[in-house]
Amino acid sequence: MSNYDVINSNAPRVDTPAKAKGKAIFIDDMSMPDMLFGALLQSPIAHGKILNIDISAAKKLKGVKAVVTAKEAGLIPYGVSPARYDENVFCHDNVRYIGDEIAAVAAVDLETAIAAASLIKVDYQELPALLTIDDAMAEGAPVLHKKYPRNICAQVNQEFGNFEAGLKESDIIKTTTFKSKRQDAAFLEPQGCIANFDKLTENLTLYSSTQVPHYVQRILSMVLKLPIGKVRVIKPYLGAGFGIKAGTNTMEIVSCLLSMKTGKPVKMNYSREQVFMFGRARHQFVHTMTTGVKKDGTLMALKNECYLDGGAYTSFGIATVYYSGSLLGGPYKLPNMKYDGYRIYTNKPACGAQRGHGGVIARACWEQQLDMIAEELGMDPIELRLKNMMVTGDITCNDFNMSSLGMKECIEAVKDGSEWNKKKGKLPKGKGIGMACGFFVSGAGYPIYRSDTYHSTAVIKLTEDGGTALLYTASSEIGQGSDTTMAMIAAETLGIPLSDIRIESGDTDFGVDLGAYSSRQTLMTGHAVYDAAAHVKQQILEVLAEELNISADEIDIKKGIIIFKKSQPDFSKLRERYIKEHRGWTDNPSADDPLTFKEASRIAFLAKGIISANGKYKPHQLGGKFKGAAVGTSPAYGCSAQIVELTVDEQTGQITIDNMIDAHDCGFAINRVSVEGQMEGSLSMGLGEAMFEEVKFDSKGKIINADLAEYKIPTALDMPPVKAIIVESSEPNGPFGAKEVGEGAIMPTIPAILNAVYDAAGVRIFELPLTPERVYQAILDYKNKKAS
Amino acid sequence: MKQIINLTINDKKYEVAVDANLTLLDLLRYQLGLTGAKKGCELGDCGACAVIMDGKPVNSCLVLAVQANGKNITTIEGVEDENGLHPLQKAFVEKGAIQCGFCTSGMILSGKTLLDKKPNPTETEIKSAISGNLCRCTGYQKIIEAVQSVSCEG
Repeated sequence: MSNYDVINSNAPRVDTPAKAKGKAIFIDDMSMPDMLFGALLQSPIAHGKILNIDISAAKKLKGVKAVVTAKEAGLIPYGVSPARYDENVFCHDNVRYIGDEIAAVAAVDLETAIAAASLIKVDYQELPALLTIDDAMAEGAPVLHKKYPRNICAQVNQEFGNFEAGLKESDIIKTTTFKSKRQDAAFLEPQGCIANFDKLTENLTLYSSTQVPHYVQRILSMVLKLPIGKVRVIKPYLGAGFGIKAGTNTMEIVSCLLSMKTGKPVKMNYSREQVFMFGRARHQFVHTMTTGVKKDGTLMALKNECYLDGGAYTSFGIATVYYSGSLLGGPYKLPNMKYDGYRIYTNKPACGAQRGHGGVIARACWEQQLDMIAEELGMDPIELRLKNMMVTGDITCNDFNMSSLGMKECIEAVKDGSEWNKKKGKLPKGKGIGMACGFFVSGAGYPIYRSDTYHSTAVIKLTEDGGTALLYTASSEIGQGSDTTMAMIAAETLGIPLSDIRIESGDTDFGVDLGAYSSRQTLMTGHAVYDAAAHVKQQILEVLAEELNISADEIDIKKGIIIFKKSQPDFSKLRERYIKEHRGWTDNPSADDPLTFKEASRIAFLAKGIISANGKYKPHQLGGKFKGAAVGTSPAYGCSAQIVELTVDEQTGQITIDNMIDAHDCGFAINRVSVEGQMEGSLSMGLGEAMFEEVKFDSKGKIINADLAEYKIPTALDMPPVKAIIVESSEPNGPFGAKEVGEGAIMPTIPAILNAVYDAAGVRIFELPLTPERVYQAILDYKNKKAS
Repeated sequence: MKQIINLTINDKKYEVAVDANLTLLDLLRYQLGLTGAKKGCELGDCGACAVIMDGKPVNSCLVLAVQANGKNITTIEGVEDENGLHPLQKAFVEKGAIQCGFCTSGMILSGKTLLDKKPNPTETEIKSAISGNLCRCTGYQKIIEAVQSVSCEG
C-alpha cells in the first residue's frame, strides 16, 4: 500500500479527455489569419553538384509571396551536436540525398506553393550515389563532406580494461556478426510548424511539432541571427516523435525565414513521404562482436566493432556511434570492453536517434550471442545472466554508476510469470521461448551543447484565490504522459489533489527544459517540479506559522487540508478573514471544517502577494573522464527483462509471436498506467523492428516504401498479449525514487524474439527483419547442413 | 467551379461549396473546423482520419467531399452527448488507451462502430475492427482493454 496520495497510482492522464474528444490541438489543427503556406523544393537525385538555380518562373507565379534559397538563408552550419554541425538550411554546392532541400516558396495556398516550387529550375552535375557503407568507404569514392575523408563521419575507439588480456583468460570465445535495417519511427503525426514573425517588434514565434523546444529555439537564434530573447518556440500537442522530432528540422528554420521575408505567418507540413525522406530514425547497424567467457560462465571480455550507415548528415549520429558501444557496459559485470565504431556518410536521408538510441541493435547482437554461449556452456540462459548480473552500487567498466538496479528482480518476475522452467527446451517442435535483458539511461548526463545550464526548470504559481497551482514547464508532452507525471509530482509535493494542478508545458517562455529525449523528463523535469512545489509549500507553511504563531515544522498539507501535527491552533481568525473576502459564496467553510489549502493560499497571498517558486535541476558531476564519457552517462539507469514465446511455421518461415512478458525497473512508478503504456508501446515497436520494418531504397537512392502500407508497423492483429510487470527499486537520484521507462523497455525485445526463434526452430538468424523468406531460408540452410 | 453539396455531420445539416478534388478530410478539417479527424498519411494507410459515414467507418482522406453528398457523417466531435463522454471515450481515458492521441479519434470511431453492431465482440473481432487504425504508442493492449471494458458493461 502506497503512502502517497497522488503518485504511484493509476490516475487518468490530464490530457486524455481532450484527446478522446478530438479537441486536443496538434500543429496541423492550427491556423492563423492571413497565413501563407510553404513548400520545399527537394533534390530528385541522391548526389550531385548544383550548377545553377533559376527561381524566376516560380517568383512570377500568381500568389507567390517569397522564394528563398541558400542565398537568402545564408550558410551558417547547424545540426544537433556542435561537434558536427554539417547542415545548411539549403544546399548551395552539392545535394547529398533524394530529398535534400534546395529552395522554398511561400504562397497564398499550398497548391500554389507546391506548383511554384516545381517551377524552380536546378541544373545538376550528377555524382556517383554512395548508397552503402562499402561504396562510401571505397578507395577513390567521392567525399560527401570535405572535412571527413573516406566518408567517416565519426569514429570511436575505446578500450576499458584490456580486451586481449581478458580473452586470454577465457575458455570459450564466440564471434558473431549481426545486421539490422534502417528504421522509420512511423509516428502518426507528420512534422509540421507555423512560424509567425512580427516585423514591427522583430519577435519570432514558432509553433512546431517538436520534442525539444529549447534546442530548436537555440538553432533558430543561431541560424537566423536573432537574439534568443526574440525567439519563442511553442509545442502544441504532439503526435509522438520517438527521437526523430528531437532535432531541428528544415521546415522549422525555413518557415521562420519565409515569415521573416513576408511578415506573415507561414505554415509548413511534411507529407508522409517527406517524413520518410527527412529520416533521422534508427540507423542501420552492422555489429561484429567477440565475447570471451570462463568455463563457469564468468564474462571476461567483449570486443564490439560497429559500422553505422549514417546517411548524408550527422543529426544525432555522433551520439549514436558512442551509444552503440557504451550501452553494453552494463548490466553485466564486464571487466574488459573494446569498442570500435564508425559512422559512415552515405547518399541517403540522415539517420538519428530513435527509442533506445544507439543501443537496440548492439543489445540484440550481444544478447543472442550470450544465449549461444550459454548453450555451449550447458547453462540455462537465465543462469548465465544472473551469474554475471550487476547489483545496485556496481560501476561499469566505462564508469556508469548503477545507483539502483532491480535487474535480478526483473528476471525473476518474467521467469515466474512465463513459467520458464516448465517451458525452456520443453516446448513442442515449432514453439519456442526466449529471453533477454537490457538497460537504458534516465536522461543524458550532459546537454547536447556543452553548457552549465540547468537541464530543467519549473515555475509554480498559486492563483491568488481558489487554491489552484499553476505549473509552468518547458518540458515536452509528446504522448508519453509527462504533463500528467509532472502534475502528479506537483500535487503530491504540495499536498493537494491532482485536479487542483493546472499544467502548461512545451513553451520556451516557461523556462529551460532540454526536452523529451534520452528518457530524461521524469527524472530531470520531475526534480525541478518537486523543487518548485516544495518551495511553494514552504512559503504557505511559513505564512501560516507566522499567522498562527507556531512553528512551520508543525504544519503539513495533505489532500488539500492543512495538517497540524501537534495540537490544533485556533485558526478561526484566519477563517473569518477568508470568509469575509467571499461574502455571498455558498461554499465557504463552516466552523468545524478543517483548515484548507484553499484558505491558506489566500491568506498567503494577502501576506506576500503572488506565491510562486522556481525549481531547477541539473545532474551532479557524472561519469568518466575519457573521450566520449558523456554519452551513456546518466544519473540513473532503468532496466528490464523480457520473455517471448512464439511459433515458427517451418513450411513457410512465418513467425507468430504468441506471448510477451516484460518486467521493468522504473525505480518508482509515478503513474503506473503510464509506465505500463511505455512498456507495451516499446515492445510493440521492438516487435515491428524485429519482424517487418525496413526502409528500402532503389538503385538510385530513392525510398521505395515511403508510406505506411509498405513500411509495415504492427497492427492490433500483430500484437500478442503483453504482460507488463513494474519493478520498483527506489533510485536515490530520482524524484521519489523514479527513473526511466520510455526507452529501456525496447532493449530486450528483439533479442528475446531471436532467442525464441532458436528455441523453436534451431536456427540463429543474424539479420533483421525476420521475414518469412529469411527465416525459411535459414531453416533450409540448417537442414541442408545437417543432412550433409 | 465549385459544387454545392448537402450532408449531415454530427446531426447538423450543412450546405457547402466544394472543389471537385477536395477530400472529405480536408472539408472537415480546413473548411468546417472539425479537426478531430487527423491527417496522418493521406493514403488511407493509417486510419487517423476515420469517420463514420452512413454507419460504416471510412478513411475520410480517401473520400471526396462530393462523394459525401447526401451522407450522414459522425466525427469524433459528435460522439460526446449532453451526458458527457461516450462510455468508450471514458474507457479510453480510464484504461490509459491514449498516449499521443493522434490515432485516438479514428480508433474510438472504429471501436464504436463495432460496438454499435456487436455489443459483445470477441478479442479477435476487436483487433480486426481496429486493424486499419495504426497506433505507434500503446502497442494496442490498453486500447483493446478499453473496448472490452465497454462491451462487458454493455
